[in-house]
Amino acid sequence: MAAADNNGDNFILQVSNLTVEISNQPIINNLDFKIKRGITLAIVGPNGAGKTTLFRALLNLVPYTGKIEWSGKIKIGYVPQILSVRDIPISVKEFLALKNESEEDMKAALTSVGLEGEAVLEKSLAILSGGQMRRVLIAWAIVDNPDVLLFDEPTSGVDVDSEEAIYGMLRKLTAKNEITLLLISHDLHIVREYSDYALALNKCIVFFGESPEVMNPETQKLIYGEPICKEYGEAHV
Amino acid sequence: MSEAVLYSLVVGATVGLAAGYLGSIMVLEKMALVGDALSHVALPGLALGVLLNFNPLIGGFAFLFISAVVIWYLGRVTKLSFETLVGATFTLALAIGILLFGNNLDALEEALFGDITAVGLAEAGAAVVISIVVISLTRLIYRKIVLGLISEELATSKGISVARTNLLYLLLVSLTVAIGIQITGTLLVGFLVVTPAAAAKTVSANLSRYFKLSAIFGAVSAVSGILLSRYFNILPGPLVVISGIAIFVVVIVIRWRMKLTS
Repeated sequence: MAAADNNGDNFILQVSNLTVEISNQPIINNLDFKIKRGITLAIVGPNGAGKTTLFRALLNLVPYTGKIEWSGKIKIGYVPQILSVRDIPISVKEFLALKNESEEDMKAALTSVGLEGEAVLEKSLAILSGGQMRRVLIAWAIVDNPDVLLFDEPTSGVDVDSEEAIYGMLRKLTAKNEITLLLISHDLHIVREYSDYALALNKCIVFFGESPEVMNPETQKLIYGEPICKEYGEAHV
Repeated sequence: MSEAVLYSLVVGATVGLAAGYLGSIMVLEKMALVGDALSHVALPGLALGVLLNFNPLIGGFAFLFISAVVIWYLGRVTKLSFETLVGATFTLALAIGILLFGNNLDALEEALFGDITAVGLAEAGAAVVISIVVISLTRLIYRKIVLGLISEELATSKGISVARTNLLYLLLVSLTVAIGIQITGTLLVGFLVVTPAAAAKTVSANLSRYFKLSAIFGAVSAVSGILLSRYFNILPGPLVVISGIAIFVVVIVIRWRMKLTS
């Protein structure tokens, strides 16, 4: 499979022959890709294609075979799709302190996601709007200055205007701090607009390359269309 | 104030604090009834203590401890919830306990309803030490548990063993329930870990206020229940529960009035 960029060796992540099975069901089969530092990689595909499982493997949360190599000692910030915070009486400050207790860092993180640090810190998470909540989650992900961010559907439950604003802010943030961003998204417009590379998964079919290349109508049809693999384990495209 | 009253108040205050603090996690974990049901598991241990002439509380704690480990292990193996597993074991423990007590109805009554008058210097000292240990260890794991509640994946990705933290938590609950039995007995001790936290949650917007209020409500319920029991010369357990419920009602009314005026 083609790599994102074969010139030079500044790869922050190299994945080869990655296979993940859950309850004896193959979810990811022989996946290969590598990405450079500072890029944004979008992971797309229909439900059940293994997008979240890939994240879990990258975080070493599920057993896998094959190789996942991160370059050197890197710090990964992860924001899962589902967080149960609504029923917990917890302030924004206490939430951020679970990762980094420096109030200065908390305020800086909140400011960089477009929230007024001082005013928001003492608010309860339960009363935040969907858009504010997503911004706090992004602040939570960056508050301890990670090298890599893994985002599982960063704008789910957010209206379209806020969604664009959040992605615009993420783009600035990753460029400024040279953060490598891996994001799972169902929104193909967002993928085209805000990612450098795309990894399209559909079990036996995998596309990897520059986003406009991967997100063309033919590839989308293959990824989101009728099941195309008669037998699991067909060659990658 | 007599020494006996002083000892009982010391036990009430420290156990109430520890139970309220631990209970704040239990309510967040939506395991409110687990603490209640788990307390009944102590009954066979208490019975063995009476039958074999050793301190029944040690027997009660041993049973709670072993049950907590077994329930935790079964939870990991079967992936069944704590609630299901505790539900399955507590009625069995209750039945065995009642059988073991046999005709010794006085001892059974003491186990079920508690006997704060039996508390002496040794019991009060043990309650203080155990409560301090429980509160200190809970402080250490509080953030880990909260992160695990927000997302188990997040906690694991930060190197936290959610399973080990849960086991330690269950053991701390067992310890607290074991010493709490002296005040309210096995039937009502679950109250101490549930109601104070429920009241505190109603009026808390952040964790710090929540667990502090929960611990304070626990201590106030226990102490006022014991004082009332001295005054009316009846068992403290039901009065501890009634005091706690009174706090809960007051808190609800305050919150309701605050909503009306805001």
